[in-house]
Amino acid sequence: MAFISSGYNPDKPMENRISDIGPRHFSEFLPPVIKNNKGKWLWHEILEPGVLMHKAESGDEVYTVRVGSARLMGVETLREALDVADKHCDGYLRFTTRNNIEFMVDSKDKVQSLKDDLQSRKFPGGSYKFPVGGTGAGITNIVHTQGWVHCHTPATDASGTVKVVLDELFEEFQNMRMPAPLRISMACCLNMCGAVHCSDIAILGYHRKPPVIDHEEVDNLCEIPLAVASCPTAAIRPSKTTIKDSRTGEEKSVKTVAIKNERCMFCGNCYTMCPALPLTDAEGDGLVIMAGGKVSNRISNPEFSKVIVAFIPNETPRWPQLAKVMRQLVDAYVNNARKYERFGQWAERIGWERFFEITGLEFTHHLIDDFRDPAYYTWRQTTNFKF
Amino acid sequence: MPKHETPLLDQLESGPWPSFVDDLKRQAESRHQKQNEIEYQIPVDVVDDLLGLLELSYKEGEVHWKHGGIVGVFGYGGGVIGRYCDQPKEFPGVAHFHTIRVNQPAAKYYKTDFLRQLCDLWDFRGSGLTNMHGSTGDIVLLGTRTEQLEEIFYELTHNMNNDLGGSGSNLRTPEACLGESRCQYACYDSQELCYQLTMEYQDELHRPAFPYKFKFKFDACPNGCVAAIARADLSFIGTWRDDIRIDQEAVAAYVGGELKPNAGAHAGKDWGPFDINKEVIDLCPTECMSMENGKLVINNRECTRCMHCINTMPRALRIGNDRGLSILCGAKAPILDGAQMSSLLVPFVKVEEPYDEIKEVIENIWDWWMEEGKNRERLGETMKRQGFQKLLEVTGIKAMPQHVQEPRHNPYIFWKEEEVPGGFDRDIKDYRLRHPK
Repeated sequence: MAFISSGYNPDKPMENRISDIGPRHFSEFLPPVIKNNKGKWLWHEILEPGVLMHKAESGDEVYTVRVGSARLMGVETLREALDVADKHCDGYLRFTTRNNIEFMVDSKDKVQSLKDDLQSRKFPGGSYKFPVGGTGAGITNIVHTQGWVHCHTPATDASGTVKVVLDELFEEFQNMRMPAPLRISMACCLNMCGAVHCSDIAILGYHRKPPVIDHEEVDNLCEIPLAVASCPTAAIRPSKTTIKDSRTGEEKSVKTVAIKNERCMFCGNCYTMCPALPLTDAEGDGLVIMAGGKVSNRISNPEFSKVIVAFIPNETPRWPQLAKVMRQLVDAYVNNARKYERFGQWAERIGWERFFEITGLEFTHHLIDDFRDPAYYTWRQTTNFKF
Repeated sequence: MPKHETPLLDQLESGPWPSFVDDLKRQAESRHQKQNEIEYQIPVDVVDDLLGLLELSYKEGEVHWKHGGIVGVFGYGGGVIGRYCDQPKEFPGVAHFHTIRVNQPAAKYYKTDFLRQLCDLWDFRGSGLTNMHGSTGDIVLLGTRTEQLEEIFYELTHNMNNDLGGSGSNLRTPEACLGESRCQYACYDSQELCYQLTMEYQDELHRPAFPYKFKFKFDACPNGCVAAIARADLSFIGTWRDDIRIDQEAVAAYVGGELKPNAGAHAGKDWGPFDINKEVIDLCPTECMSMENGKLVINNRECTRCMHCINTMPRALRIGNDRGLSILCGAKAPILDGAQMSSLLVPFVKVEEPYDEIKEVIENIWDWWMEEGKNRERLGETMKRQGFQKLLEVTGIKAMPQHVQEPRHNPYIFWKEEEVPGGFDRDIKDYRLRHPK
């Protein structure tokens, strides 16, 4: 493995340096039918699950075949997607915000062969490489974060939990029988790189044990005042302790922190500031399920998701309890909500007491908000409730 | 033969959804097959070791990546995230496994030749593993070593004419919905505004000078396909202020069942014949629609442009012609003080080059937040701490009812001295003349 230079000269980093050039302008990458009709689209129709048609003022039509993808993708599979785009789409494709891939063609007679080609490609284990679907009133791809694959703060794996849930709900990806779109999102810790707090259903990794303190390292790795200040509930205070030096074996006094465990809300913000305060723990870590959020302004205002399952353990590799709860939620929604009703609107119409009854989920004290002022306004301040 | 046994991960190969495990194995195998053709610049077995490390996490239920590390390219403070594993002896291929964020073209359209070039570069100088794309929008390249960072940046800028994205306390890579490129609901060119502001604020994107991260997201209509209102410090959401355009013939065609409601989105279930009263008029949140003499009538003055009627009958109803965007600000995920949605600041602004009005709002907000924001405080938290009034003050925007869901519940108004006749300085002797002790 010999080092091969790109042309960069480490002795003169500024020589020929190009910086601050930003991304490529998107217009370089638009397929001709898109470029020609930009800003002049009249209407669209979903012809079948995964296939969209957009009609332009000019009479032009663009047909889009949408496929799911695992967000974690090697260049071998990516190149295969590019091969498909070269073969059918004149070398253009796009990705959606929800990690789907869209292949576009400019006439209807090109759709079937494109679709067949995409559906026919499978991995050795039998899964589709490019399953067609993810449109309309159904379930589209689950946006997610890195998890155990590449992050330092996760309480679970992201790719695995998403794979399991989408295996369980796969027929809904290729169907459109929901009352409204059902957007599912996954974030592997409270930092929520995936911003799952406004999703119809959110799967969230969560820790349940306070940080374990590495007294030997706190003062080496961290600014103690920053660690103290990072705690939203003021559970951390500066402290001193005596430890045995791991190299010399001698007793020594070190500066460290102390944590009031009963105040910890397990957010992990201290760990972000101080690597000597790790939270990850096999028994402590797992999943929270939230539901009823949305970002669209359609019919009702955007809304936050609410916690409906306090904890599901990390049952690797296939998280059976997670899959079961997701199935319960989807079935209850499909069988009970009205047309156009998003998951949260349905729950609010029938009332949360009915929601827990219909979904079969247990309501426990964990689900009553007790975090700061906004909590008060989530308690029931009326006699209007159902038995 | 695989380098590490992965009995747990292997169970994620079955089932219909694309298996990331099969994908990783494919990538691992390909590196071994091509090692005589390609002079890989990081270990050939990087993906094998990633599989091994991940299997360990699946076995133990705990993560094995260490807390970041400060790596990057010269002159930039973002775009690269350092990553090291805590089992480097057993999994040397991923001992160093840094992430590179590559700024994606707005709305993620590509020509295959561009992505092929990127695949070749990343295969050669990195693990070959990607996220297409990360949550913020970047192309994420997962796993390379420190000595490759400058080389990758050099090739990216010199050969591909493309820059890195943002990370850390700076402007994060902005992203837009596909907007006018393929959507009839687009109220402005979200991709173009995204691009122009990304270029305008390259310094803020690459060199961290903010209290914390800052996100721009551009949704071209209130449907919100990039979730701007939920996750951007500044959410630019398209809207219009004149009348919804109505094609009465198409309305009649929906009523008569010739056109599929909701663009066919509900085709998987028999919901019965389309009922315009039940499905559109009665669901209108402002009750501003009615049928009169077989014609659909909209009282546009009362419409809040929620998009329901337009989404339901896209061939009959179209957005207005006097278009622009609303600016909302302060969204963030829950950490730390709870999740926040963006709050409406500018109800309407035209989207016209050179976008001076929009830039003025952005820069006024940044001036304030950079001065007053605490370390690791998002804009929404500064707004909460100092009040919406302060935001109005720094942006020079006059208060209006559109700014609130409802007026305040308490009379604890922080009156300013200049608002109260006579000011706050009073003489106790004067008071005692009227009120003896």
